[in-house]
Amino acid sequence: MKRTITAITLAATAIFATVAIAAEPQELRQEAMKQVGGATGVLSKMAKGETPFDAAAAVAAFTTMNTVAKTYADLFPVGSETGFETEAKPEIWANMDDFKAKVAKFEADTAAAAAMTFADAGAVGAAFGTVAANCKACHEVYRVAK
Amino acid sequence: MAALPALWKWLAGAAGVAALCGVGFLLVIQPRGLTEERILGFPAGDAARGETVFWASGCASCHAAPGAKDDAKLLLAGGLELKTDFGTFVAPNISPSPRGIGGWGFRDFANAMLKGTSPEMAHYYPSFPYGSYARMTDQDIADLWEFMRALPQSDNVPPPNALNFPFSIRMGVGVWKALYLDTAPRVAVDTADAKLARGQYLVEGPGHCGECHTPRDAMGGFISGQWLAGGDNPDGEGRIPNITPGAKDVGAWSESEIVDYLATGFTPEFDSVGGSMVSVQQNMARLPKSDLEAIAAYLKAVPAVSQ
Ligand code: HEC
Ligand code: HEC
Repeated sequence: MKRTITAITLAATAIFATVAIAAEPQELRQEAMKQVGGATGVLSKMAKGETPFDAAAAVAAFTTMNTVAKTYADLFPVGSETGFETEAKPEIWANMDDFKAKVAKFEADTAAAAAMTFADAGAVGAAFGTVAANCKACHEVYRVAK
Repeated sequence: MAALPALWKWLAGAAGVAALCGVGFLLVIQPRGLTEERILGFPAGDAARGETVFWASGCASCHAAPGAKDDAKLLLAGGLELKTDFGTFVAPNISPSPRGIGGWGFRDFANAMLKGTSPEMAHYYPSFPYGSYARMTDQDIADLWEFMRALPQSDNVPPPNALNFPFSIRMGVGVWKALYLDTAPRVAVDTADAKLARGQYLVEGPGHCGECHTPRDAMGGFISGQWLAGGDNPDGEGRIPNITPGAKDVGAWSESEIVDYLATGFTPEFDSVGGSMVSVQQNMARLPKSDLEAIAAYLKAVPAVSQ
């Protein structure tokens, strides 16, 4: 239990880079996904040419995702299955190893993308495509339909 | 005979009426195939066009092995379990192998898709969404057949359905068919507009979007006036969202945002698609953009239902 709490605090610190405010894991993981969503917006718009190509901004967006990925699986301690409008499916806790493996793949793919040198928007789009497949793979089985 | 008491006469009459009704009822719920004339009228199919029909109609979402991705979806080995209130359906092997539908002729295929009737003249359960596929054109059925015949073979033998009584009796599906199986448009849209007509065809026919997005009554039929208004998630918790213009989310999306969602799997807020919509979206991503635009136009044209 103590280890879980430390992990959550660490995760919370990573997510709210400023102060680790006391929050429930359910809220922390929702906040974490909002950050991923924000980064997704940056990358998707750049890939489609809606915003100008900016290699540094692309790397920053992949880095944001990677930071979340590193501690994301720690935000699902036993006891946080319900409440706070969580959209996490109970299957997560029944298949924790698979869930963790999926998060680990997300972490590896975002790390690889964050380490790339992008020459143009097409390259950003290709890297984004690989990373985005992780969102669907996990939401397909572990997120409750709206 | 002449001296039957009145009561006996009445009883005999009632029994006669009941027998006649029974025969009529059995006739109504009898499995049917297409007529010889209809079968002969089908055009020649084209496998290349059939590939688009295949993705538009999502056969792989149910018939590929559970969890299959990308090109593995072309191996229609079956085995996916569909959990419903009636019990568990298991998608059969429909690859062109002897364990699948390798022994079928075109007639068998057309009967399955348009009438929900097997080569042995038994009813299929509407968990195979022929209630929507019945709206497909003869050309699309012929093209799809050519495409499917060339797919890889699988020898998988999936377990049978595990249904609760009385749903385990196939004949009962005849009642459902008599009530709900038709080819009438689900809603009226301006079909003079070619784009809307195409969108209506894709959504109501091959795309079978209503099978998940429309709420059902106790008999398993769509509730009228609720087309695409969302419903309980048959395979678990959560709700399938309303996708009419009255929906709190999709109602606010522009047509191009709907196109983007179907093409990429991201909502305008950059949330990612989830649940059973993932495989639908991945199929949609394989369609020409003009088809996705037609679907979006149709979704904007259907009656708004606010909940
Ligand atoms: C197998 C069931 C199923 C079928 C078939 C299906 N959908 Fe969905 N759809 C869903 C589910 C479940 C969701 C919620 C996805 C999620 O939780 O992210 C959804 C979400 C959506 C959304 C986004 C709604 C929102 O509020 O985020 C749109 C748009 C949509 N579907 C359109 C379609 C269209 C068009 C078709 C037909 C081509 C279709 N769907 C067929 C199950 C289905
Ligand atoms: C929503 C899931 C679903 C989708 C999508 C679906 N099917 Fe099926 N299909 C089933 C189920 C379940 C059965 C078994 C029905 C039964 O037991 O009566 C079935 C049965 C069949 C059969 C009969 C097989 C046999 O051995 O008798 C054929 C043929 C078939 N489907 C073809 C298709 C084709 C072609 C498509 C795409 C155009 C398709 N299906 C899409 C679920 C699906």
